[in-house]
Order: sequence, then structure tokens, then C-alpha cells
Amino acid sequence: MALLDVSGYKYNSASQFGFKQTLLDRSNHYSFGTKCQEFAVPVGVDPSKFLKSCSCEDGVCIDLNHGTTTLAFKFRHGVIVAVDSRASAGKYIASKEANKVIEINPYLLGTMSGSAADCQYWERLLAKECRLYKLRNKQRISVSAASKLLSNMMLGYRGMGLSMGSMICGWDKQGPGLYYVDDNGTRLSGRMFSTGCGNSYAYGVVDSGYREDMTVEEAYELGRRGIAHATHRDAYSGGVVNLYHMQEDGWIKVCKEDVSELIHRYKKGMF
Amino acid sequence: MFKLSEKILLLCVGEAGDTVQFAEYIQKNVQLYKMRNGYELSPAAAANFTRKNLADYLRSRTPYHVNLLLAGYDETDGPGLYYMDYLSALAKAPFAAHGYGAFLTLSILDRYYRPDLTREEAVDLLKKCLEELNKRFILNLPSFTVRLIDKDGIHDMEKLPVGRK
Repeated sequence: MALLDVSGYKYNSASQFGFKQTLLDRSNHYSFGTKCQEFAVPVGVDPSKFLKSCSCEDGVCIDLNHGTTTLAFKFRHGVIVAVDSRASAGKYIASKEANKVIEINPYLLGTMSGSAADCQYWERLLAKECRLYKLRNKQRISVSAASKLLSNMMLGYRGMGLSMGSMICGWDKQGPGLYYVDDNGTRLSGRMFSTGCGNSYAYGVVDSGYREDMTVEEAYELGRRGIAHATHRDAYSGGVVNLYHMQEDGWIKVCKEDVSELIHRYKKGMF
Repeated sequence: MFKLSEKILLLCVGEAGDTVQFAEYIQKNVQLYKMRNGYELSPAAAANFTRKNLADYLRSRTPYHVNLLLAGYDETDGPGLYYMDYLSALAKAPFAAHGYGAFLTLSILDRYYRPDLTREEAVDLLKKCLEELNKRFILNLPSFTVRLIDKDGIHDMEKLPVGRK
């Protein structure tokens, strides 16, 4: 039946109104009701050209929400995930407590950076796919497979103006897993990633303070520090640090601390 | 890196040609002040003089596109670092950086800088910054010239090769 699906051959020739959906939505689950295998794009519109007309050169100026800092790193006792919480639309701060971590299930987390709409939508779709996988196969999806699903979604819409940089973190049979997935379709496995426009500042702090054999408390502090210093320097990051720890039996939310208070604590005596 | 006086250094980056032209102009004028008046400009005065010149040229037909760091030691005020950009904004800062490398190193400086660092700790902090550049920066910068300014003047430190790790 896979070949039948892929070829889009409709053997249900009597297609009346209220057409019977005999084929399960196996491969077409994100084609939004289109009857054959295609990606749902508005007819006649070139998304990338449309988006270019919205950038400031041609008059109308729509600033996509881009600013953020997120980081994640593996260490001996699991994976630490830390994100900021500022949602900016150009110069305007749309929200100071945006939620940039999606809790896909108790053992998988996804971070969001780039366009808020894209991230929220596609990662929620990923959550649905992970759930469907578990129902169909009676076992949890691996981090590798989950990240591959997301990157394939991105590849399908490549060049059409999606903007998403995400880290998929989890713990599966192979141990702790950390993957970076972005809107170009890049998918990388690694020990440490940071995304968003504040990422360079986070790299500086975490690279210089990282040790493989850190204790759990030291790792929490490193994650907090990375986000705090990045929000200090980057105008488009701020709010609170949301810190998660991915352990063998699932993730826990460690803390939610305001960055300005953290910076004041760190720089006591400097002001 | 341009030596303005016994205890003042000017670091100048930006458009090719503008950098040397502007820096040498400032250098010669600072020397001229010393010759005319018998004593040197203080770092604060030199910084403000530089800023004024940059600002005057900004709205002329030939603006200078340069970013500067001016470092000096004053007998009364102690060490001072001045950050200046091509729009002639001037700020006195405990630490500073220009260019793309600044994105990576500023957070390290934020994290580990204290006003009471010893000389060894300060050199270690600089090494941390260079290691980060070696690790994450797209351009390969094989070696750096390092100078130290204190009450006894300008000292050349050993060239730091960034090849470790």
C-alpha cells in the first residue's frame, strides 16, 4: 500500500461529494485536506517573493519575530535546556513571558527560535506525529527519528520563507540525545548548541565554563549564566530563564528566573 | 595599534586607508601638543580630542569610517579604556571589543571580569577570549599582539599563539 500512497493513485473512482477518505491520512497528514500528495501552498503565490516585499525595502515593513537566545548541552547527568522568554516584533516587545520550550511528551523537549508562529505550529505538529508513532508502534519514538520528522517537514517547504531554529532534546534507548534542526533542513547531532541572535554570547560563556564532569548544580548554573549574559548583551533577548533538565526518566523543569535579577546578583559591586 | 604617547595606545580598525590616515593624524597631533606645551595629554583628554576630530569629519565630504579603542594610564586617575565607534560615540568602559569577534568575547568578559583582577588573571581572561575565537570564529586568526600599559609605560607581552585545543 505504500506505493499506492506515494503514487497518489485514486482507486476510488466514484468520487462523490463528501468524498470517502478511504486512505488513512498516513502520508498526507500535513497536507491539510488536499486529496493528492502535494504540499499545501497558496495557488499562484510565491512565498519567498511575498516575504521579500514585506521586508523594509519595498515600503511595507513586517518584522518577523526573530530575536531569542536558546541553548542546550549534554553532560554526564543528562541534557540541560535553557531559553529566554522575550518575543520581539521588530523594536516592539510583544511578550516578556513567551514560552519557547514545547514539552512534546515527558521525555522529549523542543526549543523554539526564529519565527514564533512557525516554531509553535511545526513543533506542535511534531508532537502529534510523535504521539501517532507511539500509538502505531507501541514504543516511544527515538530522538533521532523525531528530529528527522521535523527536518523533513522543513525540507518540504524549503525556500518558502519558513524561519525556525530548534533543538530537539530527549532521552531514548541510546541515552541522552540532542539535535539541532533548522528551516534550511539542517539536522545536526551534537553535545552543545545555541540558537537565536543571542547565540554567540551564550557560546562564549558556556564554552569557557563547560566541563564534562560537572555536577548537576554546576550545570544548572552554567545554563542560567549562558542565557543571562546573552540577554544582557542582546537587545532581542530577555525576560526570564526557563531551565529544564532532561534525565533518564524524563525531563524536570528546574527554575524560571528573571534575568535582570540574575545579572544584578552576578554583577554585585560592579554597578 | 598606534602609540600616541608614552602611556597611551590607540587601536584602530575599519575601512582600509582610513584607519592609518586617521590614527596617524591623531598621533602626530598628540605629539605636537607635547612639543608645544611641554607635557603630554592625559588619556581622557586624548580620547575627547580624538572624538572631536572624528565628529568634525563625520558630516564632511570625507568621513572616517573607523572604530577605535583608546587605552592609557593617567598618574592621577589610573588606567582608563575608552570605546569609540565610527559615529564618534565615546564611552569609558572597563572592557570593550569591536568587530564580529565582539559577539563571542563580550559575554566572556562580562562573566569573568572583576575590577580587582591581578595581572596573571587578566592575561588568563584574555587567553579565554582568544580560545573562544579559535573555537567558534569563522576566520582563522593565528596570532595576536598583546601590549600592557601600566604606571611604567607600555610593555610588549609575548605574542599569544592561538593554536591550542
